[in-house]
Formats: sequence, C-alpha cells, structure tokens
Amino acid sequence: MTLDKLLIIAAALFCCGLYTVMTRRNAVAVLMGVELILNATNINFVAFSFFLSRVMGGQIFAVFVIVLAAAEAAVALAIFLRMFSTTGTVEVDTADQLKG
Amino acid sequence: MSGPADYVFYAAAAMTVGAAILVAILPNILYAAVALLFSFAGVAGLYVLLSADFLAATQVLVYVGGILVLLLFAVFLSNRIADAKITNPTHFRLPAAAICLVLFGVLSYVAVSTPFAVKKGVYLPSTADIGELLMTRYLLPFEVASVLLLAALIGAALLSRPDRGAPEKGDMEEGKG
Repeated sequence: MTLDKLLIIAAALFCCGLYTVMTRRNAVAVLMGVELILNATNINFVAFSFFLSRVMGGQIFAVFVIVLAAAEAAVALAIFLRMFSTTGTVEVDTADQLKG
Repeated sequence: MSGPADYVFYAAAAMTVGAAILVAILPNILYAAVALLFSFAGVAGLYVLLSADFLAATQVLVYVGGILVLLLFAVFLSNRIADAKITNPTHFRLPAAAICLVLFGVLSYVAVSTPFAVKKGVYLPSTADIGELLMTRYLLPFEVASVLLLAALIGAALLSRPDRGAPEKGDMEEGKG
C-alpha cells in the first residue's frame, strides 16, 4: 500500500462518479455519482493525512465532507420528491421550466 | 506494510473500484444502489488500512446506514412501482467515457510521477484525537456544521411535506379577517 496506489484508486472512483453524473438521466443516479466523487476526495484527504503529515487535519476534513454529504442527500431527496409530485418524473432533462 | 495487510488492501481496492464501475454502467438503478453499498464498504476498509478507525465507523454508519437508505427511498418513491420497470436511461455514453478515461490517465500519471515526501505512516487510534480537535481547533467548523444540519433538516421537512392546497389558504384569509 503506497500513496500513489491510493491516489489511483481515488482517481478511478472519481472518474466512475463523473461518468455516472454525465450519462445518467435519473436524478437519483446522478446523486449516486456525486456520492462516489465525494468518497474519492475523502480517500485522498485521508491518504495524504496518513502519508504526508502527522496531524489529523485530513481526517477532520473527511468528517465534515461526510456531514455535508448527508445533508445534501437529505435535501436532494426532498427536492426529488417535490419534483416527482410536480412533473411525474425525476429525469433531469425534464426539469427545464426555468429555461430562457 | 506487507504480507496479509497487502492482500486486504488489494481486496478492498478491487471491491471499491469494481463496485464503482458497476454503479456507472448497470442499467437498473436498484442494482446500481446495491453496488454503491459495496463501494462504500470498500472505502471503509481503505480507511481502516489508513489508520482512520473513527472515519471507517462513520463511513459505515452514515453512508451505508443513512445515505444509501435515503437513496433507496428516493428510488422507490420516485418511480411508479406499478410500472415494474425501474430503468435508468443514459445518454452521451461515448464522449463521457472518453473524457473520464483521459481524466483518469492524467490523474494517474500525476499521482505516479509527482515525488511526494512520503513518511512512514504510523498506526494510532484516532477517535480521541478527532474528538479533542473538534472541541478545540476545529470548534467553529463543528458549530457551523451543526447549524447546516439543522437548516438541512428544516429545509427537507418543508420541501417534502404535501402541497399546501386551497383549504389552508382559506384558513389564512380567515385569520387575516
């Protein structure tokens, strides 16, 4: 286990998340991609904190990222439910009522 | 680190990345959610190997226990179950795959070629340190996070409650008069 292996794992996770965000049309699946991206950044924080420094800053930051992800998931679910009751679908393409 | 720990590392890494690829390509959104569970569990394993025991426990509790259940709720509530077709249409597959592969190549190249000043990692229990730091040096972000969680809680409850229809409007007008 070395730092660059962990960085490559995080890069793979990030790219999978990015691919999910770019290709999926279901908003819940897009949210899954965002969660993958957040996990990739967390791996990077913890890996750098473990290999490059003696302080716990990376782990603390990862804790805050997890808190933000939880809040984001809760609000996103509420928005999806509202969107579903309004438009009858959660596909991101259909939410274009504000388009100029 | 060598020997058995290395095998555990490769197993966790393979689980994380393999499940993440499944999340990206599986057409059924329910299967993708289950694959996401395995990916999160693999990340928790990586945290253990990185001497982040508190974070590993938090990952299992919050991600696997909370966020994934929320996502499954969203899947079930936002699809007409009677249709019996929980599909997950995709678009822009080829350009997205090309962009992601190029990005992965660049990131991997940078990770391998950058000379980091790597120290030997030490394994220490982290929970007590994290608790102490949250109460001293990182007290302000901790409090801001608590306010954010409260705001998210109220916002989610407000957004997801049923439509305010005509009767409530009538009530309000009565109150005015």
